[in-house]
Amino acid sequence: METQNTYNFSRRSFLRTSALASGGMLIGFNLFTACKKDVQPPVDLSLLDYNDFNAFIKISDEGKVTIFSPNPEIGQGVKTSMPMLIAEELDVDWNDVHVAQGVLDTKNYTRQVAGGSQSLRQGWEPLRQTGATARQMLVNAAAARWGISSSECKTKNGVISNSSGDKLSYGDVVKEAATMEVPENVTLKDPKDFSIIGKGKSNVDIDEIVTGKPLFGLDYKVEGMLYASVLRPPAFGQKLVSYDDTDTRSVTGIIDVIKFGDKIAVLATNTWSAMKGQKALKAEWDQDTKAESTAFHDEKLMSILNGNSFETRRSDGDVKKAFAEADTVLERTYESPFLPHNCMEPMNFFAHVSTDKIELVGPIQTPARTATQVAEMLGRDVSEITLEMTRMGGGFGRRLYGDFALEAAEISHLAKNPVKVVFSREDDMTAGIYRPAIKYKIAASIKDGKITGYHLKEAAINNNMYGLIPNFFPAGAIANYQVDTANYKSNITTGAWRAPYTNFLASAEQSFFDELAELLEVDRIQLHKDLLQNVKGTTDESIQYDPERLEGVIDLAVKKSNWGKTDEGVYQGFAVYYCHNTHVAEVADIEMENGYPVVKRVTCAVDCGIVVNPLGAQNQVVGGVIDGIGHTMYGELTFSGGKPDSDNFNAYQLIRMHQTPQVDVHFVENNIAPTGLGEPTLPPVGGAVANAIYVATGQRLLKQPYMKYFQPKKIIG
Amino acid sequence: MPTYNLKINGELRSVEADSDTPLLWVLRDHVNLVGTKFGCGIAQCGACTVHINGNATRSCTLPVSNLQGMEITTIEGLSEHGDHPVQEAWKEIDVPQCGYCQAGQIMSASAFLENNPNPSREDIRTAMQGNICRCASYNSIEKAIEVAAKKLS
Repeated sequence: METQNTYNFSRRSFLRTSALASGGMLIGFNLFTACKKDVQPPVDLSLLDYNDFNAFIKISDEGKVTIFSPNPEIGQGVKTSMPMLIAEELDVDWNDVHVAQGVLDTKNYTRQVAGGSQSLRQGWEPLRQTGATARQMLVNAAAARWGISSSECKTKNGVISNSSGDKLSYGDVVKEAATMEVPENVTLKDPKDFSIIGKGKSNVDIDEIVTGKPLFGLDYKVEGMLYASVLRPPAFGQKLVSYDDTDTRSVTGIIDVIKFGDKIAVLATNTWSAMKGQKALKAEWDQDTKAESTAFHDEKLMSILNGNSFETRRSDGDVKKAFAEADTVLERTYESPFLPHNCMEPMNFFAHVSTDKIELVGPIQTPARTATQVAEMLGRDVSEITLEMTRMGGGFGRRLYGDFALEAAEISHLAKNPVKVVFSREDDMTAGIYRPAIKYKIAASIKDGKITGYHLKEAAINNNMYGLIPNFFPAGAIANYQVDTANYKSNITTGAWRAPYTNFLASAEQSFFDELAELLEVDRIQLHKDLLQNVKGTTDESIQYDPERLEGVIDLAVKKSNWGKTDEGVYQGFAVYYCHNTHVAEVADIEMENGYPVVKRVTCAVDCGIVVNPLGAQNQVVGGVIDGIGHTMYGELTFSGGKPDSDNFNAYQLIRMHQTPQVDVHFVENNIAPTGLGEPTLPPVGGAVANAIYVATGQRLLKQPYMKYFQPKKIIG
Repeated sequence: MPTYNLKINGELRSVEADSDTPLLWVLRDHVNLVGTKFGCGIAQCGACTVHINGNATRSCTLPVSNLQGMEITTIEGLSEHGDHPVQEAWKEIDVPQCGYCQAGQIMSASAFLENNPNPSREDIRTAMQGNICRCASYNSIEKAIEVAAKKLS
């Protein structure tokens, strides 16, 4: 029947099985084509690259199950949680599953990207279907062998059984299963029957991590590989004029010095020699475009905020009218600095460019895009490239950009040798793709004790908030609402940094609402709940958050934090936020010690739907909160003469253990499809901390990093 | 180039390297023990922590020429089967996120517990100040050190 054939063809286009030469079955499933229609693009689609992505299951004749985790692992835990989804529906014992990192495979995988907290959300349905489909084929094979209907078979822990008590392991029937027709409609488990999802599973690489096995890009090496340390322009806007490598070439272990563009690569037999060689280079630079400073950026952004060059991103009602008719207007300006990512593993990448192929190995959040860029740069076909992803020593957005991989490929091409580019910490911090400095001016109009208008203006370096952010809270909750953005194009490279834009926007808005509540003389939590009433039942489909779910996390955070019932000397601040499809409320408890605010505890209530891996989820939530506190309290990269003023951890403060609070995590329990956790707990915490510090000190904090408000006064004389 | 005879994880290793080469790079590039990590190169982050005669030491600023005759222990040599109480505790609590700094954290924690087998939370928080975890797994590290202390007692 023709329709049947057509159906099978389209089905096969995203679900393929093949018998393995070594025995066993390999099943692949294309995520993109299988996504449910209601899956919306991720919130920061513009940043990402959506190529093919597949999850694979390999079952050996002995019944050993290997699940290939498709997405890059940057510490967000997907190498554990994505295979859990497949294993659940495949119905195997998690202890019998071996997880391996999938390589870049644009034919069979969709969206091999780590970014936007989207891996679990977008993988939820198709990855479970992958497992369920494989399970059904194995069952069908067993049923055929027994000469019974598949519906008479059951599975448990990789074993198929029937009512007569016969048993076959998956390995026993895998060969027949691989040749079976792919089933059309597989039934997914009822969440109450989950035996893997919802149960805490340790990081699949934990044994290797705690024993120091090679896992990371920096650990990768091949015979004959050279280490490359690259001298880049020391200031943004500079070009290379000339250089002298005499001293460099006298360093032991140096093999070659190669200029490429405005950079110079020092190649050596070991990392130390390469780094020493780089330091010994003498180079002259010419300032080609403006040498910018932090003072210059401050002035530019302020003049943008006070000007009229905005693009309106969302406009509801009539903000102008609301402000004209207001009894009172509250207006505040909030400021944030540039931030480097400071992944613990400095940027690095391996490339071996030869005449017949290009091998790339290393830590990258966007493997497909990077392979394409390398192919374009070298004028080669992307099919000549293999790209293997290593475990990454942090990502935070920095590894969305493959500049280091392009460098490695170019140097390998020029040196005709396998090469690994290794950044020193100084290289990493000064050749960054930073979170841009941003300033917000927020104004609210008040009439008869109610908020009638809300006007947010964003002035940012290089780029503005991406597509959907203007539709986050309080969009829809205030009748007259407008978001305007404008930017200054700088020669300093900027990009995504964990929870792009919202990482500061949430602090600013949640500080503003705290002050608004005070002005209106209403309880700060009640103010949010009242505003959410306005959104309930909205027909506006552009509104991104769910008011009921926000209310749910607010109630949970209030209850678990003992809001308003703290001991003397403990001051609480509250914030609530939605981003990356997840709803979060946080309460920060601070104490003042020797005139400094110390965050002692953060209560974090999260609604991310079903919690796939409670252990990994807990780690992400706590990590996001403490990372957020660290950067809002201490993080700042300033510039002078186009150069970053800090280049290592002696001049740039990252949060350390003695500065961390205890983070108490509480998940809303429901059976809603899961959303991601890599980013959404970070943005609100700055607001919660600022609001707590206000209660303690009476000081409203408008400018990050907040610890600058508490620097010891200079003693004169 | 001078040759140095180093005692690493109980084995004698002969290494040819420039005298100023930090132990970190000798371990990683010369003897292929890559468990010790590079983070900052200036002894600020603790990712490169090893034990020298049992003391937690930053290997990124320690020249190879200073190390003859000393007992060098790296994460690979902390235990034979990856079952040192600190490693066991790390697994029990599921500490790592990206995992990159954890070898250094474990080496700092294990040396610390040798000297202070019954630490208070404040002792732990003070002792571990030198190790940065960019993923901020600090709450879990604290907990794991308490668990390890119990295992050791």
